[in-house]
Amino acid sequence: MPELLLELFSEEIPARMQAKAAEELTRLMTAALGALAPTDLRSFYGPRRIALSATVNAAIPAASVVERGPRTSAPEQALTGFLRKHGATREMVTQEGDYWVLNKQSPAQDAASLIAGALPGLLRRFAWPKSMRWGGSGSLFTWVRPLRRMLCILDGAVVPFSLAEGEDDGHGLHAGNETDGHRFMAPGGFAVHSASEWQAGLLAKRVIVDAGERRRRVAEGIAALAAERQLHVADDPGLLDEVAGLVEWPVPLLGRIDAAYMDLPAEVMQVSMRVNQRYFALRNADGSAAPFFAFAANMEAPDGGAAIVAGNERVLRARFSDARHFWDADRRVKLASRVAALDAITFHAKLGTQGARVQRVMQLAEAIAPMVGADPALAGRAAWLSKADLTTGMVGEFPELQGAMGRYYALHDGEDPSVADAVRDHYAPKGPSDAVPTAHVTIAVALADKIDIIASFFAIGEKPTGGGDPFALRRAALGIVRIIREGALRLPLRKLISLCAASLPAPPPADEVLAFIVDRTRVQLRAEGARHDVLDAVFAVGGGDDLAALLALSAQIGDLLGTTDGASLMVAYKRAANILRIETAKDGPHNGPADPAVFVLPEEGALHAQLETVSADLPLRLRQAEFTAAMRDLASLRPQLDAFFDKVTVNDPDPALRRNRLNLLHQVRGTMDRVADFSRIEG
Amino acid sequence: MNPAPPSFQNIILRLHAFWASQGCVILQPYDVEMGAGTFHPATTLRALGPKPWRAAYVQPSRRPSDGRYGENPNRLQHYYQYQVIMKPAPDTAQALMLASYAAIGLDPALHDIRFVEDDWESPTLGAWGLGWEVWCDGMEVGQFTYFQQVGGIPVAVPSFEMTYGLERLAMYIQNVERVYDLDFNGAGVTYGDVFLRAEQEYSRHNFEVADTAMLARHFVDAERECAALLAEKLPMPAYDQCIKASHLFNLLDARGVISVTERAAYIGRVRTLAKGCCEGWLAGETLTPVLSA
Repeated sequence: MPELLLELFSEEIPARMQAKAAEELTRLMTAALGALAPTDLRSFYGPRRIALSATVNAAIPAASVVERGPRTSAPEQALTGFLRKHGATREMVTQEGDYWVLNKQSPAQDAASLIAGALPGLLRRFAWPKSMRWGGSGSLFTWVRPLRRMLCILDGAVVPFSLAEGEDDGHGLHAGNETDGHRFMAPGGFAVHSASEWQAGLLAKRVIVDAGERRRRVAEGIAALAAERQLHVADDPGLLDEVAGLVEWPVPLLGRIDAAYMDLPAEVMQVSMRVNQRYFALRNADGSAAPFFAFAANMEAPDGGAAIVAGNERVLRARFSDARHFWDADRRVKLASRVAALDAITFHAKLGTQGARVQRVMQLAEAIAPMVGADPALAGRAAWLSKADLTTGMVGEFPELQGAMGRYYALHDGEDPSVADAVRDHYAPKGPSDAVPTAHVTIAVALADKIDIIASFFAIGEKPTGGGDPFALRRAALGIVRIIREGALRLPLRKLISLCAASLPAPPPADEVLAFIVDRTRVQLRAEGARHDVLDAVFAVGGGDDLAALLALSAQIGDLLGTTDGASLMVAYKRAANILRIETAKDGPHNGPADPAVFVLPEEGALHAQLETVSADLPLRLRQAEFTAAMRDLASLRPQLDAFFDKVTVNDPDPALRRNRLNLLHQVRGTMDRVADFSRIEG
Repeated sequence: MNPAPPSFQNIILRLHAFWASQGCVILQPYDVEMGAGTFHPATTLRALGPKPWRAAYVQPSRRPSDGRYGENPNRLQHYYQYQVIMKPAPDTAQALMLASYAAIGLDPALHDIRFVEDDWESPTLGAWGLGWEVWCDGMEVGQFTYFQQVGGIPVAVPSFEMTYGLERLAMYIQNVERVYDLDFNGAGVTYGDVFLRAEQEYSRHNFEVADTAMLARHFVDAERECAALLAEKLPMPAYDQCIKASHLFNLLDARGVISVTERAAYIGRVRTLAKGCCEGWLAGETLTPVLSA
């Protein structure tokens, strides 16, 4: 079967877009060539090309397909629409029974003509995250960067197509059989006739087209260089991927870090090296930072890379010297004396300054502190200092270092270490995979920071909508939920939300904020596979704003429902509820107290007595979060309930007996619904 | 082995010679303070409309908040950009750019030259384009952009714009670690001899002394004058006022008196001016008969 090779050769494609583009090309080609049953699809990508090879059928045979159209009795528009859809004319349809029928003939088509027909449109529609116009012809064909060559061969022969369309010259690009070697080491076009020749030919011309192979060469190369010095490379898969997308011919090299900079904070070195330069950090055997870095050049230089290494070392020196300037200058000013400057920084036009926000967070952190085992003074201090590093030179230069620098500067100023840690870690968790803070002072500030941001934006009506959450309030809510759960914290959330009111333009809608946080909890638990009906049942009781308690209760109810007692109890509850629903519709409501004097059967009395015991017991159990005991209470109703339904006819002919028994069932439901709205439990 | 590296001024002269040989008009710096060579009307205005255009020039560029009192080896509040614009962008633009590096002593065969994604955007000019930072051995030695929009107007013909940070490039070529140690003229004058004192004085001016009330007033003046000139259909003088407003904003920013929200508002005001000037210029362009390319 014929082999197809397509290569789109352009000026340098951003590293982060290459893999996705190769995937997109595979997806589009699979769809476009479906009739040719493509197999063995392989995609390739690199700095200057995305490519795909596949085996396809040589042709699609002629075929006829019968398409049934609208009824002959249908309005004329139905037939017109049907004809338009199939590109057919009135003459082509015949009547068959009550229907119009189209006999579609598709002629045989060879693979080359099908591919040549499909590709221009496919390339025109190709979705890059950002694409551009170029050239002087006014062509509207866009690509991520100027597209310079299109190689398209089938079984060794060029599949001829061009990008021209009407007036648009498509940059004069025509498919051919030439590719291009390494930009510097082997530039220039050369012809190929198969995918293997293409791959081998490019390898000889210093281009590795397989991104995985480039990645492997980078990883192994720098690991070997590190090992020569008894060092190892800090694991960084994301950086490996990126670097593999920046080079066609990876040449691993090692550079030295000037000892004068080794005392810079690790995070600062990391930003300069990784973010700015795409260098790999090296570690000593004990895990400490080593005075070396590794990187991959795209060039085999005649001097063995000496000039390239020297150049990279110089660049890093310059970067570190810049960082040192900020590091030294920032430490000359105490963090505490920077707080006032936050009054001049707008946090949000409607919410005032960062200074005002810090005041709110501070109050809130102080209020939360005793609830989470933290010293209120330390929590308040940490909150007060938490944003001060925004005014430092280092954070101005490297915004991603906010928090981390605050901690260093706080420690330098002699602040309490728990305060310094909170300044850094109160942003956590920054995402679903980020760790939750466990230090008490940090927990207080982290919760305060997040509650404040949600309450503040809700207070000015900036709530997340379907797709939009510009202030990352969902992330903040999820952070609150995770901190509470993982720390098993008992917090009166509604009260804390209301505390934010000071210095806000309007008091935050506490119920809405609470509902928002609860909703995030539900989403999170559902994602973990928890029973959402149990959650809904617990959260529906309302009034509760202690997430940890609600979650513990949900877990207990889930457990109870898994037992035989629980299952029977649930059956009885449903039965009671059903009867009540039906009878209430007839002559309800039946919601008075059951009168023991009217009981005639022992099962009635027994159930009533047990209900009285449980009802007396439950409120305290719930208040004190003794949920195991509460579950025991509920389960204790089961024997009497079972016996009741076994022996007692609710709809007794005597209206007084009937009403009393309905009232008793109402009491059953009411008692259980104190714990959770069991009517929401499914199954 | 290697010939002596070119002096700072020699780098400029060689770039002039190189780009002149590519048909560029060699211009002199524009005589209004600006933050980058892109603000020069030879780039901003000429990038618009269908007429072919090729120009190269040095533009002194002022970034008030980058001042370091002459103490930082790499940062300056006043530096030189070498700017090239070619409209339409030739298909060989990347190769031309590499050849220009070779002309000033950076042989691509010995170094590791890379094109690293850099989507250029100037919010104040309402301009954006796609291109790269050009890296030489890990150092950014230039910025290469295919303009897509200027003054909020999609360009009729995409230009290629190349910007060289001359000091940084020269430091690399001359193997100098401190900008003030650059050999300026090959005859004993260093960059520090020419500019160190200015860096010290201007840093103080930018960060400590500049009269912010006056700057804010001048900003409003420039804004008003720009609008008035646009009403008179004088987009080029109007554009001078737009550049001035932009620089005044940079000075106010360096003095730290602009809050985050105000910042966005100031940028928006300058962009409005730039947009008006670009529209005005483009309108005048289409009235003039197109000169032969």
